[in-house]
Amino acid sequence: MARVLLRNLNKFYDDVHAVKSVNLEIRDKEFVVLVGPSGCGKTTTLRMLAGLESISSGQVLIGDTVVNELAPMDRDIAMVFQNYALYPHMSVYDNMAFGLKMRKVDRSDIRKRVQEAADILGIQDYLARKPRQLSGGQRQRVALGRAIVRHPQVFLFDEPLSNLDAKLRVQMRVELKKLHNRLATTAVYVTHDQVEAMTLGDRVVVMHGGVVQQVGEPLELYNAPVNRFVAGFIGSPAMNFAPARLRDGDGKLHADASGFGLELPADVAARLRPYTGRDVIVGVRPEDLQVADGSYPPGLCFDAMVEVVERLGSEVLLDLQVGQQTMVASVEPSIAARRGDKLRFALQPERLHFFDASSEAAI
Amino acid sequence: MAVSDVISQRAYVAAPQRSAATRLLEDERWLAAVLLLPTVILLGLFIAYPFVEGVWLSVTDATVGVPGHFVGLANFTALLHDSIFLVAVQNTFVYTVVATVFKLALGLWLALLLNRHFRGKAFTRAFVLLPFIIPTVLSTFAWKWMFDPTFSVINWTLFQLGLIHSRINWLGDPSLALISVIIVNVWRGVPFYAISLLAGLQTINPELQEAAAIDGARPWQRFWHVTWPLLLPVTMVVVLFSVIQTFADFQLVYVLTGGGPANATQLFATYAYQIGVGTGLLSQGAAVSLAMFPFLLIIVVVQLLYIRRVEVH
Repeated sequence: MARVLLRNLNKFYDDVHAVKSVNLEIRDKEFVVLVGPSGCGKTTTLRMLAGLESISSGQVLIGDTVVNELAPMDRDIAMVFQNYALYPHMSVYDNMAFGLKMRKVDRSDIRKRVQEAADILGIQDYLARKPRQLSGGQRQRVALGRAIVRHPQVFLFDEPLSNLDAKLRVQMRVELKKLHNRLATTAVYVTHDQVEAMTLGDRVVVMHGGVVQQVGEPLELYNAPVNRFVAGFIGSPAMNFAPARLRDGDGKLHADASGFGLELPADVAARLRPYTGRDVIVGVRPEDLQVADGSYPPGLCFDAMVEVVERLGSEVLLDLQVGQQTMVASVEPSIAARRGDKLRFALQPERLHFFDASSEAAI
Repeated sequence: MAVSDVISQRAYVAAPQRSAATRLLEDERWLAAVLLLPTVILLGLFIAYPFVEGVWLSVTDATVGVPGHFVGLANFTALLHDSIFLVAVQNTFVYTVVATVFKLALGLWLALLLNRHFRGKAFTRAFVLLPFIIPTVLSTFAWKWMFDPTFSVINWTLFQLGLIHSRINWLGDPSLALISVIIVNVWRGVPFYAISLLAGLQTINPELQEAAAIDGARPWQRFWHVTWPLLLPVTMVVVLFSVIQTFADFQLVYVLTGGGPANATQLFATYAYQIGVGTGLLSQGAAVSLAMFPFLLIIVVVQLLYIRRVEVH
């Protein structure tokens, strides 16, 4: 059990600055997910933590030890790879026992620990098989087993579920969460899938272009993204963005966008007042777009044309044409909208997000 | 539509007119025979016929210009009492085993080095193949000069370095000659091992090395527990080919020493040539070269069985 500390971590590949001054504290027993699009530096960060990639500058601490110069084997970590990386010529048992054998663990102890891990993961019946005789999900379990028999200080996961089919991925995600609750070991998990990040992480680290954009609990990222990138990355379907200009009219603050204009209530206006006369970006989540009935104030409503209707069962996604831009709304399945319909939508001002048009930081 | 209609309509669909030859080729058995024919002719003419003729020669007393009569296994029993033949057998085994061990070790080492990332990797990989590309006779002549007692560049270098004070007679000294011949064979054979094993290494997922490193395996353990077992099937095939070639090697020894001095480098192939072509005793030469056959057969069968076992597991 240990905390992990990344201090001013940098990685250069020749001219490419892949990881830029990453500072992060991962608390003991915490499950932290690094998420971002491909090439954002999340895997490189994890590999530097594992010792598989040299550190260009900065420090990695596991527990209270600076591990920069330690070989992977001396860092007391275990890693689960995207392609499982099981030894194809060894049985499941030997795959799981290998790390313990290398560490000269007592034979009977190895047997006990492998058995224990196999019981947890439900792979007792496959111990004598070779990896290629297993399905993808079973291989993934073996890869997990190989990590947990070691009783490491930190678990590292490099997109471990991305090779599984969608259904199995959801199932394994739940099992991973249970496993972490049971083992209570610090875990760092890399994924490009924001749903995985939101469901698994105690805290989520959003990275983009080698830079940490925001660190926070899943709902914090969802409700209060610090910039447009995080706002757009977290949440599915993604947040709608519309460029707008703030204008003072009759003592009230208005946001004028293509296709709609908003009259902002006093509490929101107070926050945005310094941006009067300037360009901003309005962000609204698909689930915050409501089909308006008469009860909504007209200043928060706008009309839109339905272009595509996607019925998902529990919700309906409407692709809308609003002025110059398209937006997606997630509405109740009871709404009987069809292509070409004109609908009136209402915004909840406290659910709106505003970003500086140039810096894209949240206002 | 009634069944009878369908049948009667069918009659109007004109069957294409086909010649007898076309119809014959429509039959898979005939087509297979026709397609196999060129291969059968080539193999029969250039492999089966010489082999059968060789077997026939070995049980006659034919010499150049004399057809010969059947003599049973007389040529083979004579070989058992031929001291030069026995020396050749021994030399061939030493030559094959020692050269193969060194070629495998050096080739594997080179393959592991070439499998790393470094500047000029592509160029180096191509360069390594050079000994393999140059015709053996040409490169062997170059080696012959390097081993020449008077003009040897090796001797000159060793002398200038102060390591020796008199010339080493590489090919003239019976105890050194076999070693020299083996050195050239190793030099020529290493690229084949290196490139083949490199191809094998590249099929091994590099993540396995990383997983093993995290699992606590040191570099040597990673090689022994992960790389080597996964490379084994490829290694066995490479060794199989190499052993067959080395066992039946001819050109290299023929150019360097011609089997001498005093038969110190005499191998199966050179002795067979010397007896059969050099002396004109066709039947005895055939017997010598045929004597290789059982040894090679055993080696091939054992290795193929082993490869199959490795692949099944």
